[in-house]
Amino acid sequence: MKKHDVIVIGAGHNGLTNAAFLAKAGLDVVVLEKNSYVGGATASLELHEGWIYSNCSYVCSLFRPEIYQALDLGRHGLEVVPLQGSVSMMQNGDHFGSYHQPEIRRREMMRHSKRDADAAIRFDADLMKWCRLIRAFLLRTPPDPASFKIRDAMEFAYLLKRFHSLSESQLYEFIRFFTMSIAEYLEQYFESDIVLAHFSGGSIIGTGLGVYSPGTAYVLLHHAMGDIDGNVGSWGFARGGMGSVSKAIASSLRSYGGEVRTEAEVATINVAGGRANGVMLASGEQISAKVVVSNLDAKRTFLQVMKPADVPDKLLHRARNFKMRGSSGKVNIALDGMPDFPGLPSGSPLTLGHMHFTDSLERLERAYDDWKDCRWSADPYVDMVIPTQYDPSMAPPGKHMMSIFVQYCPVEVEGGWTDAERDAFGASVIDQISDYSPNFKDLLLHTEIRTPRELEAEVGLTEGNIFQGELTLDQLMFNRPFPGYAQYRGPVKNMYMCSSSNHPGGGVMGAPGANSAREILRDLGRKDTTPEDFEDD
Amino acid sequence: MSKPPPNADLTPLPDYRQVLQPSPFHTRLVEHCPLQNWMSWNGYQTPRVCDVLASEYFAIRSTCSVMDLTPMEKYRIAGPDALKFLNRLVTRDVGDLKAGRVTYVVWCNDEGKVLDDGTLFHLRAGEYRLCAQHHQLDWLLLSSIGMDVSIQAETHQVAALSVQGPTSYALLTAAGVVGLDQLKPFGILHTRLRVFDLMISRTGFTGDLGYELWVEPAAALSLWDALFAPAQQGLFDVRVIGLSALEMARIEAGFIVPGDDFNTAETTVRADHDRSPFELGLDWLVNFDKPHFTGKRALLRERARPVMRRLVKLRVSGNKPPMDSFLYDAEHGRRIGTVKSQSWSPILKSNVCLADVGYSNGLVPSQIWAEIYYQKELEWRATWAECFMSEKPFWAHPRRLKTPPRNF
Ligand SMILES: Cc1cc2nc3c(=O)[nH]c(=O)nc-3n(C[C@H](O)[C@H](O)[C@H](O)COP(=O)(O)OP(=O)(O)OC[C@H]3O[C@@H](n4cnc5c(N)ncnc54)[C@H](O)[C@@H]3O)c2cc1C
Repeated sequence: MKKHDVIVIGAGHNGLTNAAFLAKAGLDVVVLEKNSYVGGATASLELHEGWIYSNCSYVCSLFRPEIYQALDLGRHGLEVVPLQGSVSMMQNGDHFGSYHQPEIRRREMMRHSKRDADAAIRFDADLMKWCRLIRAFLLRTPPDPASFKIRDAMEFAYLLKRFHSLSESQLYEFIRFFTMSIAEYLEQYFESDIVLAHFSGGSIIGTGLGVYSPGTAYVLLHHAMGDIDGNVGSWGFARGGMGSVSKAIASSLRSYGGEVRTEAEVATINVAGGRANGVMLASGEQISAKVVVSNLDAKRTFLQVMKPADVPDKLLHRARNFKMRGSSGKVNIALDGMPDFPGLPSGSPLTLGHMHFTDSLERLERAYDDWKDCRWSADPYVDMVIPTQYDPSMAPPGKHMMSIFVQYCPVEVEGGWTDAERDAFGASVIDQISDYSPNFKDLLLHTEIRTPRELEAEVGLTEGNIFQGELTLDQLMFNRPFPGYAQYRGPVKNMYMCSSSNHPGGGVMGAPGANSAREILRDLGRKDTTPEDFEDD
Repeated sequence: MSKPPPNADLTPLPDYRQVLQPSPFHTRLVEHCPLQNWMSWNGYQTPRVCDVLASEYFAIRSTCSVMDLTPMEKYRIAGPDALKFLNRLVTRDVGDLKAGRVTYVVWCNDEGKVLDDGTLFHLRAGEYRLCAQHHQLDWLLLSSIGMDVSIQAETHQVAALSVQGPTSYALLTAAGVVGLDQLKPFGILHTRLRVFDLMISRTGFTGDLGYELWVEPAAALSLWDALFAPAQQGLFDVRVIGLSALEMARIEAGFIVPGDDFNTAETTVRADHDRSPFELGLDWLVNFDKPHFTGKRALLRERARPVMRRLVKLRVSGNKPPMDSFLYDAEHGRRIGTVKSQSWSPILKSNVCLADVGYSNGLVPSQIWAEIYYQKELEWRATWAECFMSEKPFWAHPRRLKTPPRNF
């Protein structure tokens, strides 16, 4: 039987990234994916004839440009087009538009509060300070604070140097930032309800926390630390949907001789003598390799595909307690035309960006209350985009594809999810939108509704948590996924992790995949093919 | 339901199709701007160059220039604690600023780093206008907590023109302004012209004789027409100018622009990229004898240490433009700084610039050289030019101070 150098379990974008760098280093790599398509939560699927859905992730910003460059993804078909601005529509018929043009954006903010328009300058500069710090750690392996190894000590020195560039008061602010709620954080800057609501939305996306829960301020940063062509905080559409990211990485992987096998679900990781040496597929097929890498979330990795006997008790315990509460849903729609939004100025460019319908912190908190009670939010927070306004490849001319991310949606509803309950959840989202768009309901051709149940079953995200684990301080940096396991090495030799459950966490970023590849190549004594970060000095 | 926003701007603003906002003078301004070379100044549609840059520059220095000043940020500050508030805000003592007088100020954050600079107008007893380079409402309101003071952004509610040049006095007098003969530099005159109220201050950003004119937006066009009436009778050459001509004049006069010559504290992201008044050479604006002001403690500490760096005025030899140049200390061969704003001075026939220069151990570098890259027919060349520090403005004509000014 042929023995591969490396098996990567799961063809999520991180698994593919990991495999591509290993193949680039000359290793014989095979990626095993349970689904019939690659990409996991980064996929484009044609679910209605002629319409391509980005059915999980839908916008791109966090993906490391260093990886894009190193894997030559542009030549492998990837194109990320910046999207323009965002808008929150208000119950009183007004709106707040965060326009792409800074002059208009400022005037629009002044319409709601002159003071907020000025405070936005302070807010932007402060957020940029934290972005610069955090960005420097994305393509680095977190140091182990309990280790005495020279490398960990050096990495700590680097960390300190980075922090040293902060003044004392900034350092206190930074620590506060990680522990504050987004509402309290924003109230240090803004006074107008709509501005507060608009900027806090990004802080609850994907988390089982509310706008007043400590820790949500960091999530804002997690959504702001990416960039499109150097514009930090901007988001973009992958032409052809988010699956184009995975497809390009897979194509790059193949160009280095790597292989991807779909419909190859892994049942267990084989371990002998304290070393991983291959996997067994659900079909019973055995595949052996010198190294096994898991692209699955931490719960699946340590509680499902690894045999309990191979996992130390303490780690099993940690894995069971790993916080990955599902809190989000998704509604994807094929539209017969462009919906009207009479509340926006006619011909307004605001439909080109993110659209929201929540105008106060109070409504955001109420949406969270429903989730805590195991109900979907009656008045949810949505992040809605219509990429077909730019992208001709996702729907027929004149028709549109709409992607609606919904916060909150519980892992379990009372009595358990049924298809009828799922459809009722979707209907409540559609109702909210049609309050602002009278012709919306007439345009629906096909609707895909996804609750955590569907996300778990189809993508294999435990509890449907979009980040493969909450982004709270206790699960970040050298705590991700668990203290002592943050350097991508598993509990047995030759076994590694490369998924979003690892530093720097969820989102279409590629960084966990690349960082993990760097550690594997180091252990194998191979040349490092992963890129260094561009450094923003 | 959202509560009504407390500081909403209720004046109608142009919609998204109009990226740059027209000023109240716009319809007249366009007639003088055949180049259509516009830029944004605080969101207003502002000419970079109206017609011919050299003519616009020489209008400032030899006849009379008119520039739309409306976009400058303006704040109205009044109330029982207005003076207390202002004296706590700015670094200089403004306690003795009399009604009808104007003074130049800077203000800092708690770390003693400069947030912005501007001119403070004591309009009438107890009532002030603060003109600033950048948006300051947030900082002003934060700084006023606990004080009985009203602070209002009035940028859009006041139209303003800057009239600068040796014939500015003569032109305004010919246009019908009465009482200008006794107005001293930094003085304010409240008067009427035709049918509207007009405020004139003898202020400017050119280092030359000049005035700034302030009216309600509704009177903007009448003011403009009154100013240009003498020119139409063939009396004086008056030229509308854009920001490029002003830039040349202000560098010659040694005036700094926050955001161009140094990074303002509020927008600074990287450590040590902001600047204190001392580092900007504005020591004379800091008064430690007055009651507490924001940044005082940090500035006291800084004063006790040797000077680390300074924004200096440099004359650069030769004729190659020292744009974005690195500066070297010729004695030690070390790189010590960079050029910020620079211009060819047509009146001095020399390059002049403002430069951020490191002082090692508080010592002024003895010999500074600029490394200049320039281009001839698309080919790049490098050269060196010796620089000479200038304590005084590069150019300042005595006529700017004379009262009454010369009537041509
Ligand atoms: C609804 C939703 C919306 C999102 N929106 C955005 C967004 O707009 N922007 C953004 O940046 N991020 C977004 N995210 C987050 C982002 O998509 C994920 O963090 C990221 O895609 C995870 O990538 P990954 O490679 O680490 O893991 P995954 O994509 O989860 O990949 C794991 C792979 O393993 C496979 N697998 C599972 N079990 C097995 C097994 N036993 N054998 C073989 N294969 C197996 C799965 O099928 C999957 O392909 C969103 C996520 C969701 C769910």
